[in-house]
Amino acid sequence: MDLAGLSTGWYLALAVALFAIGGLGLLVRRNPLVMFMCVELMLNAVNVAFVALGAGLNDVGGQVAVFFVLVVAATEVVIGLALVVAINRRRSGATADDVSLLKG
Amino acid sequence: MAEAVFVVSAVIILVGAVGVVASRNPVHAALFLVQTLVGVAVLFVLNDAHFLAAVQVVVYAGAIVILFLFVIMLLGVDKAEELRIEPIFGQRPLAAVVGAALVAVLGTVVITGADVLTGLRRAGGDRALDGDATDIERMGRVLFSEFAFAVEITAALLTVAVVGAVILTRRTSRSDGSTSAETTVRET
Repeated sequence: MDLAGLSTGWYLALAVALFAIGGLGLLVRRNPLVMFMCVELMLNAVNVAFVALGAGLNDVGGQVAVFFVLVVAATEVVIGLALVVAINRRRSGATADDVSLLKG
Repeated sequence: MAEAVFVVSAVIILVGAVGVVASRNPVHAALFLVQTLVGVAVLFVLNDAHFLAAVQVVVYAGAIVILFLFVIMLLGVDKAEELRIEPIFGQRPLAAVVGAALVAVLGTVVITGADVLTGLRRAGGDRALDGDATDIERMGRVLFSEFAFAVEITAALLTVAVVGAVILTRRTSRSDGSTSAETTVRET
C-alpha cells in the first residue's frame, strides 16, 4: 500500500494525543473500572506507535511488540477486575479514594 | 485514500477516547472504548497488520470490553456518576497541568525524534515487511525463532493471571463465616 503522503509522524501525533487523553482520564476519574479503561486507551496509543514505526522501518518487530502488549493488557484487565470484584464484596460502590489506605 | 482513512479513523479514535474519560455512566464509557478500539484496528489494517487488526477486534473489542461490561453489571455500578464533585481539592487543575506537560514532552520527542527514528535502518530477512510472506506468516516466524523465550514467558504470565484471578475472587466458607476473598482484601 502506498503511504507516501502519510508519514509516521502523523501516527505518532495521534498516539501522543490518545496517550495524553488516557493519562488525563486516569488522573481525573475515580471509578476504578473507568480508570482501567483509561489504561487501555494508553496501551492502545502505544500500539498505534509500535505498528506505525514498524511499518516505517519495514520491520515486523513492531507488530510482535503489539502482540505482547495485547497479552499483558489481557492479564492486567483480568487481575485488575478480580481486585475490583474482591474489594466491592467488602464495601460496595468503592471508589479509588476509598481504598487509599489499602486496609479493610 | 490512505490519508482520508487515517483522518476519519483518527477522529473516531479521539472522540471515543474523550467519551471514555467524560461519560458519567461506566457502560457508556465501555461502549466509547469499543469505538476507539475499532478505530485503532482500522489503523492496523492501513499499516498492513491484518492479523493484529483481527486480534484487536476479537480480543480487545470482544473479550476485554465484554469482561468490563460483565463486571459493571455484576457489581451493579451501571448508574450515572456525579462528575461535578471534586473529591480531592485541586485534583482536576493539577491533572490538566500534568496532561499538558505530557503532551508537551511527548510532542517534543515526536517532533525532534520522528525523522531520526524512521531514518534509522530498514530491516531485512525474516523481519522485512516487503517480502512475499503474509503478515501472519512473518509474525509466526519471528515469534517462534527470535522471540521464542518471550513467548514461553508469556505463557507463564497467562497461567499466573488465571490462578491469581481465581484466588482473588474465590469464595470458600470458613468456620468463622468470612470468605477467603474478604481475608485477602483484609490482609492486603
